[in-house]
Amino acid sequence: MARAVKTQRKLINTAVAWAIGLVIFFPILWTILTSFKTEAQAIASPPIFLGFDWTLENYAIVQERSDYMRFLWNSVIIAGGSTLLGLIVAVPAAWSMAFVPSKRTKDILLWMLSTKMLPAVGVLYPIYLICIELGVLDNRVALVVILMLINLPIIVWMLYTYFREIPGEILEAARMDGATLKEELLYILTPMAIPGIASTMLLNFILAWNEAFWTLNLTAVDAAPLTAFIASYSSPEGLFFAKLSAASTMAIAPILILGWFSQKQLVRGLTFGAVK
Amino acid sequence: MTMKHVLGATTALTLGATAVFADSHAKTITIATVNNGDMIRMQGYTDNFTEATGINVEWVTLEENVLRQRVTTDITTKGGQFDIMTIGMYETPIWGSNGWLVPLNGLSAEYDVDDILPAMRGGLSHDGTLYAAPFYGESSMVMYRTDLMEKAGLEMPSDPTWQFIREAAAAMDDPENDINGICLRGKAGWGEGGAFITVTGNSFGARWFDEEWNAQFDQPQWKAALEFYVNLMNDYGPEGYATNGFNENLSLFQQGKCGMWIDATVAASFVTNPNDSTVADSVGFALAPNSEGVEKRANWLWAWALAIPAGTQQEAEAKQFIEWATSKDYIELVAENEGWANVPPGARTSLYENPEYIKVPFAQMTLDSINAADPTDPTVDPVPYVGIQFVAIPEFAGMATEVSQEFSAAYAGQQSVDEALEKAQAIANEVMEAAGYK
Amino acid sequence: MATKASRSAARLMMAPAVVLLLGWMLVPLIMTLWFSFRKYLPLRGGDLGWTGFDNYVRFVSSSAFWPAVQTTLVIVLGVLVITVVFGIFLAMLLDQPMWGQGVVRILVIAPFFVMPTVSALVWKNMFMDPVNGLLAHLWRFLGAEPVSWLSDASLSSIIMIVSWQWLPFATLILLTAFQSLDSEQLEAAEMDGAPKPQRFIYIILPHLSRAITIVILIQTIFLLSIFAEIFVTTGGAFGTRTLTYLIFQRVLESQNVGLGSAGGVYAIILANIVAIFLMRIVGKNLDA
Repeated sequence: MARAVKTQRKLINTAVAWAIGLVIFFPILWTILTSFKTEAQAIASPPIFLGFDWTLENYAIVQERSDYMRFLWNSVIIAGGSTLLGLIVAVPAAWSMAFVPSKRTKDILLWMLSTKMLPAVGVLYPIYLICIELGVLDNRVALVVILMLINLPIIVWMLYTYFREIPGEILEAARMDGATLKEELLYILTPMAIPGIASTMLLNFILAWNEAFWTLNLTAVDAAPLTAFIASYSSPEGLFFAKLSAASTMAIAPILILGWFSQKQLVRGLTFGAVK
Repeated sequence: MTMKHVLGATTALTLGATAVFADSHAKTITIATVNNGDMIRMQGYTDNFTEATGINVEWVTLEENVLRQRVTTDITTKGGQFDIMTIGMYETPIWGSNGWLVPLNGLSAEYDVDDILPAMRGGLSHDGTLYAAPFYGESSMVMYRTDLMEKAGLEMPSDPTWQFIREAAAAMDDPENDINGICLRGKAGWGEGGAFITVTGNSFGARWFDEEWNAQFDQPQWKAALEFYVNLMNDYGPEGYATNGFNENLSLFQQGKCGMWIDATVAASFVTNPNDSTVADSVGFALAPNSEGVEKRANWLWAWALAIPAGTQQEAEAKQFIEWATSKDYIELVAENEGWANVPPGARTSLYENPEYIKVPFAQMTLDSINAADPTDPTVDPVPYVGIQFVAIPEFAGMATEVSQEFSAAYAGQQSVDEALEKAQAIANEVMEAAGYK
Repeated sequence: MATKASRSAARLMMAPAVVLLLGWMLVPLIMTLWFSFRKYLPLRGGDLGWTGFDNYVRFVSSSAFWPAVQTTLVIVLGVLVITVVFGIFLAMLLDQPMWGQGVVRILVIAPFFVMPTVSALVWKNMFMDPVNGLLAHLWRFLGAEPVSWLSDASLSSIIMIVSWQWLPFATLILLTAFQSLDSEQLEAAEMDGAPKPQRFIYIILPHLSRAITIVILIQTIFLLSIFAEIFVTTGGAFGTRTLTYLIFQRVLESQNVGLGSAGGVYAIILANIVAIFLMRIVGKNLDA
């Protein structure tokens, strides 16, 4: 009896959750479907869901017009580079904040977060002028550094909250046993911190991948990532839904796939110390 | 996929990535351009240019708004990111007068600079010096459905008035069959609805400023123009016209949902292209309308042109490209491969003397429309500015975008015409004052 | 446990992050401040000299200023309320046993991976277009007049688009919080006969408070500066001009860098007011 009730509840849960999940996912699904239609079918009235002639035409057109791999490569380098660089800077900072806290630790953390609130467009000219001065316009390294700085507060904070959950007693016990700082870091802390670091990396990678102000305004050819790729397909003349959908699908597919495969890590590490 | 894999993969990708450096720039020019059909087509022919000259071309193709933002930032700060920029008739004289563009002197005899349509040449020059070469040019005109006109028992004159346009819209409007009498731009933005309402104003005898740079939105001509537009569109326009720009209207017209559409002459080749348009063989053309008794028509003048920013390292190569892309030969090349209807229009006199081209149904009307527009004398009453659908001063783009946002809010019924005009007046005067005109 | 040595080591480890961020904050901030007192008009030849507080007065006395502040706050608040409320509901649902939980979770978090520009373009063209949009088709199918979303319901539409993007984030964080909920405590409460709403208010909500704070803090940081969603959909028309967008208009559309910089300073002030307000709550909640 109880079991039947349970099954019934599970059934209802499943139905509701799937329905909501599909509604939320629908815009993405629709974009992917539209990318396989012809332009005429993309705006057909009433809309066609599956019964259209599937075509790869749009992908071919998009690829012919712009070299997708180059944009993709730049996105990977910029997002990946800024993530790695961010970790190199943030891990020691977060570590020290978590294990050697001082009175000012919290203030420093909050101050770091507040630097994220400056509106980017207000400093476009200053930053552009600095980049000219340094000769780093349209330069991937410059974007790696800038995106690292933009996301650094979030990384530090995420890592800090994660590290804080590692019980200090373990470290002390290790020290009692005569472990050096290096050993402590390598054999005790690192294994415990890996889930947090992994999800921090993922979140940062996603944020950097989707950043569309600096990556668009500071690049031209050599460093242009997928955000620039999209800007050449949004609202041109003529019918464009299908081509836009194809370009959009190409732009979000890599990160979507990465996100899906790693969603378990993302969920585990996204706690921001909220779970205690 | 375990998290070790994720970590490993990301690390490997990044490390591998940093080892790759940008390739050298030997004889490569970088061109920023807008993602319009004719430019996309030009990109497709880049190989012909590279084969002939050995110069490589890198394209930065962006949506119009992003492009403007990008090239303006770059030119004002002398960023030097581009060797050629695609700009319009609004930017060219302002940038030219600031010394930011390379004067296009000394073009080859073969290029035949005198062949460029006088209106285009005038609009892309400052003090008699050409600063940008027109890739294509346009005016505005009426495009209408011949089949629907016939059904309505009306005949479109070659030079209609707004009053006739309203009558025709009423006759063609057919909500049951999903046909709107007329589709016009209402989208906020100086180059979108702002341009359209400005020429509409011109055709009702209105103007942006008097000769002392006082805003004129408190004058009856503006009220007449705006009220006419709003009534016309509310009665016979499509749902949500306040957010429709060129592109939205183009797809409506192509789907057969508009009886008439008054917009850029370049649209003619899209609406008559049977691949994209369901109404390709029943489109007629007429001059842009005027209000009865007003001598100015709602004709604008615009060119997308190629210019070289001063300070580029590749000036000679950039000039070579401009000569190629805006030449008579390029037009022939496109005609050969895609037919005469698809060549970039509105730039050269010789094109309109070509017996093959003049057979294209919209060719003559395009030329007539361009010739009917005079940027140096755009309005009935005298004005202190040059430009038809814009005022060629640096402050205009920002100001007109804000004004057109107020107008769009009136189109959407969020405020009255009077309120919109009042705000427009305040915005324009405020900007003029801040800029020191008064 | 902190010795003097480890303290200085800690400072050393913190130094790169602090110095870098300090530079990243100070350099643009000082330049913004500098420009905000200059008459800097790129199209009129650049820096035309000192103007005192002119830019500040002009920016704040413009008729667009207060509506922009209001719009900013409405969008931030609207999105926060929607994402937190629906996030709690979704997290609660996803925490229940069901078939295909992993797949549903993937479906729900997917919007988070979509670039803001792309999601704005997709929503604007393929869903909210009053003629060809899917919503218009749906409305007509239901026998209603299609809505011109981006003009008649502009602000709500933008809030909706942004909420769609951020709902996954809220859901994820709240879900992790739910998963750590002490089920014994809940069961005990159930045994005691506490009705569902009470269990929710007295046990679940307090447990979630920390997670909710995090969601609010992080999202506010990003929401205060949303830009692409407005740039792509309405271009600031129909009352959707936020402070960030107003600054964009001044700097890039009107090419008045001085005025825009003054706006930037105001935006920083607003952000800090919001931040202080937030930090008060967060600070309290984070102490735990």
